[in-house]
Amino acid sequence: MWRGQGGKGFYVDYEIKREVGMVVLDAVHRVQASQANDLAVRWNCKAGKCGSCSAEVNGVPRLMCMTRLDSLPTDAPITVAPIKSFPGIKDLVTDVSWNYRVNKRIPPLTPKALTPAERLKGEFNMQQRDIDRVQEFRKCIECFLCQDVCHVLRDAEKATDPSLEGGFYGPRFMIRIAGLEMHPKDGVDRVPLTKKEAGIGFCNITKCCTDVCPEHIKITDNGIIPMKERVADRYYDPIGIIAHALGGNGKDKAGAAAEDGGAR
Amino acid sequence: MSSFNPHDYDVVVVGAGGAGLRTAIEASARGAKTAIICKSLLGKAHTVMAEGGAAAALANVDSRDNWMVHFRDTCRGGKFLNNWKMAELHAKEAPERIRELERWGAVFDRSKDGWINQRNFGGHAYPRLAHVGDRTGLEIIRTLQDKGVHSGIDVFMEYTVVKLFKGDDRISACLAYERETGRFHLFNTKAIVLATGGVGRTYKINSNSWEYTGDGQALAYEAGADLMDMEFIQFHPTGMIWPPSVAGILVTEGVRGEGGVLRNNKGERFMFKYISPLFAKETADTEEEAKRWLEGDKTARRPPELLTRDEVARAIRAEVKAGRGSPRGGAFLDISWRDPEYVKRKLPSMYHQFMELAGVDITKEPMEVGPTMHYHMGGIRVDAESAMTTVPGLFAAGECAAGLHGANRLGGNSLSDLLVFGKRAGEYAARWAKEHPATKPPAPLAEAAVAEALDPFERPKGENPFTIQESLRETMHEYVGMIRTADELKTALEKIEELKSRARNAGAFGNRQYNTGWHASLDIGHMLVMAEAITRSALAREESRGAHTRDDFPKTDESKWATVNVVSRKTGDRMTTVLEPLPRWSEEAKRIITSKLEDVSTQAGGAP
Repeated sequence: MWRGQGGKGFYVDYEIKREVGMVVLDAVHRVQASQANDLAVRWNCKAGKCGSCSAEVNGVPRLMCMTRLDSLPTDAPITVAPIKSFPGIKDLVTDVSWNYRVNKRIPPLTPKALTPAERLKGEFNMQQRDIDRVQEFRKCIECFLCQDVCHVLRDAEKATDPSLEGGFYGPRFMIRIAGLEMHPKDGVDRVPLTKKEAGIGFCNITKCCTDVCPEHIKITDNGIIPMKERVADRYYDPIGIIAHALGGNGKDKAGAAAEDGGAR
Repeated sequence: MSSFNPHDYDVVVVGAGGAGLRTAIEASARGAKTAIICKSLLGKAHTVMAEGGAAAALANVDSRDNWMVHFRDTCRGGKFLNNWKMAELHAKEAPERIRELERWGAVFDRSKDGWINQRNFGGHAYPRLAHVGDRTGLEIIRTLQDKGVHSGIDVFMEYTVVKLFKGDDRISACLAYERETGRFHLFNTKAIVLATGGVGRTYKINSNSWEYTGDGQALAYEAGADLMDMEFIQFHPTGMIWPPSVAGILVTEGVRGEGGVLRNNKGERFMFKYISPLFAKETADTEEEAKRWLEGDKTARRPPELLTRDEVARAIRAEVKAGRGSPRGGAFLDISWRDPEYVKRKLPSMYHQFMELAGVDITKEPMEVGPTMHYHMGGIRVDAESAMTTVPGLFAAGECAAGLHGANRLGGNSLSDLLVFGKRAGEYAARWAKEHPATKPPAPLAEAAVAEALDPFERPKGENPFTIQESLRETMHEYVGMIRTADELKTALEKIEELKSRARNAGAFGNRQYNTGWHASLDIGHMLVMAEAITRSALAREESRGAHTRDDFPKTDESKWATVNVVSRKTGDRMTTVLEPLPRWSEEAKRIITSKLEDVSTQAGGAP
């Protein structure tokens, strides 16, 4: 298990007794309770629903609470290390505050005009099939494993620049934006944000984010690629550019700003 | 140099689950300078674990529903020990709170007509739970989190409040420590809202996260507030019981709402044998009728699997006691008779949870389940309208507050509880802050509290706090569990006293930064206050009612116990437990709860 502070540290060996059905988080807790009270680890639900206990188990980013010991090889020690994209605080705990700063920059759902029936009832009228995709993205538990394995965030330092401008928001926030953009009742045009501040162009579709998602969200296929298409239609497809400038590119969004109509 | 950093606010909210977030949004919207302090990262609070849905009489799926039916269901479920005014406000205001969430971005499952869909749950007469598959809590907390970050609220993540202060006999400040650095912070404030959740971690088998150590209730108690109905601990009838490391993790009541049936080891569907007189008129008595109900026949009555949680938990326990339990001491919950695709769509988390943690495919075989400590109906006594405690300037909302649920909570009522009373707490705390000037900062007291909090570091070789916590959990499970007797409760009190002296010797080593052992040693103090209050109240209530069952007083005693709350408060250094009368019910409220279901239902085409 990785022990250390401020990113500096080393692996320490601990031995525990295995029990039927034990998950990695159980093993870590057992070490903490019996041998290392000061061991730093985050967890909340222990049922794969809160996304707190992300770590790299035998080098693979996973939720510790959903990783059974009997799914790991028994002939070698199990290594548990913090996720690597974010600065280490202590032991398995990392500083993920960057993600919270990114989230704050995404404008909230802004409902467009309601129909009279909706106004009367105070509810949106939407068909289930029209929100299935949005609900898929909203399954995200913010474990940040996708952010951890994202090549853009890992490799390019500017991706996690504190100013965020010109950086890349990462897969978690791509699907957050996509969830709002594809919400049938949202009235904000989010294509410019996706292209510029969020930097969708940086994504080179390696699908690593999709592979690690514990909620099995098809982040790349269902979220990022359709958003890339919207950006391409708007900014790089001549017909799309003209259609958008004329205010009728088939996309039912109020307030698509004319200033974003031109290709750059 | 002072050993803490000072901050100034109008309203400080402790806890960032649904109740805390809804409170902070409201307080901020009403112009109060608002801070929210939470032990974990934002968005990780236990609300995330709520699965089934939020109860609100929208009448979208069954037009017979309305607030009066919801009110009636809540009070019957709570065995009439509810604060009726809270139950009324809750039933009336829940629909608007749900619709408001939708405008803030929550994407609820839809009905055929495109409105918010509603599902069936135990104790609710009609399908009433607005839901998102089986991850409704996640949807609600994420919506509130995303709304909150645009509401001008300052968020202090991974901070833990260790003490509340009063000045001029009202709230003046709280002291917190910052986990990442171990530094202390003093929040001078005019109002504090506690929204700290429950006490599940005081029990061995529980469905709760590490944060559920009763902090808010204990802080309030130490500050002089009343605790109420502490004996009512809800054991959710369906927790996972296998493998051992997952014991206690919740299996949503949504499984039963979608048609899951309970069977014993003989394959018998046993719930038909356990229908109490209170619910007999409204519950199916044959499998045939239960099946018709599930198919949507409005003349059929609800299956007995959807009785209230206390009734189902007791039935499972009775089957186990009679030797008809499952191999690991529970019962079988079977949804595998339904279409596998339907199960995966309506209960995706359950499907994955069993597949990944237990290797069980719930679309093909039954789940093995047993009761798990899940929720605390008791907590801090509050005023129904304002959510203020008996300490001026101190408010409480959500699970840490008492009153709404009485002796037993209906599933789905906690998510609507935190929305309705979160909003009210925020509104009234902001108003209080406007009407009252700040009091003098309690600097010397805060210095003393810092020293006290750091005390475990003076004993690096002191007892391991995790061991003490484990002993407490075992004590509560063994002596203050689902079924209680005076002798066992008295034994528990003796053991709690022993644990108190052990807790004084709890030690911490290493440095202050993100030191979980140190944190655990601070939690024990709160957990012990909770354990004592639960046990003393359970000893005081000499009857069986709702979630509280006394083997030595097996009857529900309407003559004496139907009209009193058990109140615990700090008197000097001792905990006193007294009986106080329930607020007097209004005539209208009495009429509604004694009416027949048909007489309070909306008769025809009643959708608003």
